[in-house]
Amino acid sequence: MNDLNLAIEDSNAEYITTPILEAFHLRKLFPLHSLNPLGQKSAVHAVEDTSIALRPGRAMALVGESGSGKTTVARLLAGLYTPSSGSIQFRGEPARLSNSASLRAYRRHVQLILQDPFSSLNPVHDVRYHLARPLRIYGHARNKRQETAQILSLLNRVNLSPAEQFISKYPHQLSGGQRQRVSIARALSVQPEVLLADEPVSMLDVSIRLDILNLMLRLKDEERLAVLFITHDIATSRYFAEDTLVMYAGQMVEGGPSDKVIQEPAHPYTRLLISAAPDPARLNPENNGKIADLPARGEIPSLITPPTGCRFHPRCPHAMEVCRQRFPKRTDLGNGRWTNCFLYGDGDTSPEAEKKPYIAPLLWPDQ
Amino acid sequence: MAINGTFQSNHEGSPYNRATSPLLEVKHLNVDYLAASGTVHAVTDVSFSLRRGEILGLAGESGSGKSTLAYAITRLLRPPALITGGEIRYYPREKGEALLSVDAISKDASGADVITMGAIEEDANNRLPAEIDGESINLLRLSPARLRKIRWNDLAIVFQSAMNALNPVMTIGAQITDVLRAHRPSMGPDSRKQRAIELLKLVGIAPDRLRSYPHELSGGMRQRAIIAIALALSPEILIMDEPTTALDVVVQREILTEIIRLREKLNFAVIFITHDLSLLLELADNVAIMYAGRIVEQASTRDMYLHPRHPYSYGLLNSFPALRGPLRRMSGIPGSPPDLRSVPPGCAFHPRCPFAFDACHKVLPVLQSVQAEDSSQMVACHLYNPVYSVEPPTASDLAKKYEALAEGNAKR
Repeated sequence: MNDLNLAIEDSNAEYITTPILEAFHLRKLFPLHSLNPLGQKSAVHAVEDTSIALRPGRAMALVGESGSGKTTVARLLAGLYTPSSGSIQFRGEPARLSNSASLRAYRRHVQLILQDPFSSLNPVHDVRYHLARPLRIYGHARNKRQETAQILSLLNRVNLSPAEQFISKYPHQLSGGQRQRVSIARALSVQPEVLLADEPVSMLDVSIRLDILNLMLRLKDEERLAVLFITHDIATSRYFAEDTLVMYAGQMVEGGPSDKVIQEPAHPYTRLLISAAPDPARLNPENNGKIADLPARGEIPSLITPPTGCRFHPRCPHAMEVCRQRFPKRTDLGNGRWTNCFLYGDGDTSPEAEKKPYIAPLLWPDQ
Repeated sequence: MAINGTFQSNHEGSPYNRATSPLLEVKHLNVDYLAASGTVHAVTDVSFSLRRGEILGLAGESGSGKSTLAYAITRLLRPPALITGGEIRYYPREKGEALLSVDAISKDASGADVITMGAIEEDANNRLPAEIDGESINLLRLSPARLRKIRWNDLAIVFQSAMNALNPVMTIGAQITDVLRAHRPSMGPDSRKQRAIELLKLVGIAPDRLRSYPHELSGGMRQRAIIAIALALSPEILIMDEPTTALDVVVQREILTEIIRLREKLNFAVIFITHDLSLLLELADNVAIMYAGRIVEQASTRDMYLHPRHPYSYGLLNSFPALRGPLRRMSGIPGSPPDLRSVPPGCAFHPRCPFAFDACHKVLPVLQSVQAEDSSQMVACHLYNPVYSVEPPTASDLAKKYEALAEGNAKR
């Protein structure tokens, strides 16, 4: 049972593989249109300075609360939004997303799975139509016979059997889990190398979620897909992804191998997320079934006028003066882990940071 | 029930605490939806009891009948839903105080609410002599007028979506005082406002938010405001229908802490409905698991966590990846929930159950104690019935079967 493609350590060799899709310093502003032409121009600062690298056969989880910019990152990578600044590289070359022809070529390699299977399938078309369109558009099927054969094999690959029955069904005849399988099959139909999954299981019933996650894990291993897995549930990211990135209010605050990030969270926000997650293991006799009190209150700030410096500082129990002034640089904590937090240093510029060994400070007693 | 015991010992001084007496008893409740395509049996033969100050968790997938049950208890169901049988007994605080008209809310020295109670009102509409039976009331037979008195006074509900439950064109303050105006006609505008301020403070909202509209509040604050409205008349029972599902984990945790704090302060009982079993295990005293309209297992939280008995409970409990401990490949419950128009014969779970045997296809299992020495845990499964099964499986047997399933999946 400890077979682990889920595991982290065993795959160090894989870790070195070159990224297939990379984003550098992505930034996205959504301008707000005010009725007053002379008024201050304002914008929603959805994503700031985000860099991400997806490698074949590995999953990267992007974790954060709603409003943290996770979905915006996925849509930037899918070419649905144009970044305000920053660049995206596919196979080491700048991705061209300017016109529809180049976008189409890009989507031959990069596919998006949407959160809500109840609205991502067209209710007036059957399963065959949903899967045949990408097959025809990308030239994988030249005639009806090829099309049917490929659709059947796709349906079998996502465990929708008997495939012959599902091919003619309409979305309203399918359950939530079956619909999500169809949308996974649709994403796979173009034979992509990169799969961007935006909360693929959050709309599904609890007992169905694991099935879909296991299906995606299997597909990831079989096809060596690079997967971006967006979730708000940090426990799922540990199960599904080798690496985890934590985002807060549009800023990346911590990243590294999933298990390390979750077992020894560095950034105060990661600690907050983990202490807030439901964890029945806390039911052990020592705690007497009590819930640990939350150290930081509040919610994600408005991104129209975000807090200066580190955006977490208004909620952070360790906020210092410098946190209000500027965002800390990335500090390497070793073993592929990093965080943007002044508690651990300020990137390479601080000579002391290099000398100091990494010791996770004990911030809260329940950790 | 160890957890419950510790809780009650904290509250010996509480005047309303009657440790063992039930507050609400649901007996053999059946609810159908009369749809054109066939009758949907949403709740079938559900029985449970709720004691004072208890948090009872109801868990299950969507379509398992959790919300229908909550709506049936509050009598909020509308056609095509039809309560076809059973009874819901409510035991008011003291004999004869059931249908009270409350004269005023005054404050005692400690700041807690003291409700002065009036005499029973003779209700001209009361045509059902069986309505008051001894000291309990059958909620299903109440006339609309009496129901209106019970609702919110004794029985309040918090709906799933705070966004839709609040009126967008009324301020928060107006919505709280609205409840007081309807149920406490003797209160003046000033004391209503005073009470609204107290309520907001109680749930951790600054009183100046009284004049805010719902859209000016964040999701978490809206949910708190809803809880404040539910607590306005100090109800005995609070039904919460997925109160945190639409919220982020951090906010969810704050709301849960708030509920626990308020319960300790005000000693109301909670029926907490959610699909997130891991959340429930942290919060509730007792847990009931529903599947296809029936309760399949009922136990104290600790028993449920340490040794779930029903294969479905086990599967549900193990559908959540853990934050800690060794990483292992997990397996969900195969298949999907049944169509409630044609529930499979016998045990409704048998098509998805890795343990199903002959009897499961034919005979309906009833809810019964698992073991003689452990009367608190009830399960509806033939595996624990000596007639069909010589040796009931242990938790590790269940684990092995599900693990085999997981490995089978991995190979596929």
